[in-house]
Amino acid sequence: MSKDRAEWPLYEVFIRSKSGLSHRHAGSVHAADDQMALDNARDTYTRRMEGVSLWVVRSDRIIASDPTETSAFFEPAEDKIYRHPTFYDVPEGVENL
Amino acid sequence: MYTQGLDQKGQANVSEIESPEQLAAFQARIDAEEKIEAKDWMPAAYRRTLIRQISQHAHSEIIGMQPEGNWLTRAPSLQRKAILLAKVQDEAGHGLYLYSAAETLGVSRDEMVQGLLDGKAKYSSIFNYPTLNWADIGAIGWLVDGAAIMNQIPLCRCSYGPYARAMIRVCKEESFHQRQGFDIMHKLCNGTDDQKAMAQDALNRWWWPSLMMFGPGDADSKHSAQSMAWKIKRFSNDELRQKFVDVTVPQAEFLGLRVPDDALVLDEESGHYRFGEIDWQEFHDVLAGNGPCNAQRMERRRSAHDDNAWVRDAARAYADKQSAKAVA
Repeated sequence: MSKDRAEWPLYEVFIRSKSGLSHRHAGSVHAADDQMALDNARDTYTRRMEGVSLWVVRSDRIIASDPTETSAFFEPAEDKIYRHPTFYDVPEGVENL
Repeated sequence: MYTQGLDQKGQANVSEIESPEQLAAFQARIDAEEKIEAKDWMPAAYRRTLIRQISQHAHSEIIGMQPEGNWLTRAPSLQRKAILLAKVQDEAGHGLYLYSAAETLGVSRDEMVQGLLDGKAKYSSIFNYPTLNWADIGAIGWLVDGAAIMNQIPLCRCSYGPYARAMIRVCKEESFHQRQGFDIMHKLCNGTDDQKAMAQDALNRWWWPSLMMFGPGDADSKHSAQSMAWKIKRFSNDELRQKFVDVTVPQAEFLGLRVPDDALVLDEESGHYRFGEIDWQEFHDVLAGNGPCNAQRMERRRSAHDDNAWVRDAARAYADKQSAKAVA
């Protein structure tokens, strides 16, 4: 009985909507194998020419940052405002800088 | 659409400890219009509410394929067949987007599907009505998908990110559904007297069930206040129903059809249409499983699941064999 069998694995789907743009997360699909994941992703997420390229990756293979550690994880960038051009005063009269 | 808030009894006991500080911080994020993402902390009741709502919504999309699927082979031209096939395929897609959004909350698709097959999970009352003639396909697109859009547009701003993103995708596609429905009605209304009568007959049967799609009136919708506070819901059931009536009545007038409600009148002062009392007994009967097609819909869904089990098993066996080969 298929009821007793493990569920097909979950894949995350990424779509490049046109060349020149990066792939973007669209959602997920279940599939028995990689090829079926691509086929299912095409049928589920690109019925209206939403993409020119698809990536699928097993959801359990994605390494994600921990949301409970978000502030500690990203905090080192917070006090380095000198990384932004707006940190610097441009003297009156100076152009093209 | 189909978020009628159907089975709201049985708020399970809150097992984990939720401190007042955690709850306040969560509400502050909601109030600041921040989106909640899958792995973020959330109150157990927020998670439960979303799982219930999104899975009901997904089930409705899947069951909703049946009344229209009924006309795939009988649509009056090859083009109409192709269009209807595309629409029914979209409904399957909507179901899949929504199951995948619900899965981010920690429930598996198999569990949700099993809940439907076991009769524990609900789906929208509207799909328990029969599609008796071709005009019904027009009425469904125009009215049922129209009501769905009215309900779903605000869900694009729902506080839960994965649900909101799924709804944006759904809404883009629903717009095609509504227009193809109106197009069918428009053609019929400009056809022979018999064809126009078919369109009127379909409107007569689908009007009131469409109004019921927005769920119970605000006075009887106990959990609405919490859903509004959590910004899962943005407008009350009655507000959305009123909006739907206001935009749809002029469309019926354009078609030259009569909305089957003697009490319907335009209130010049407010600009809103006043409409008659909904038969809530009928609504509750259909929800309780006693609508014209409840048994048929569930029977069809169960047999589709069982009859196609071999396909799932075969795909799984093939995948296992391929990965065993790759290892060897």
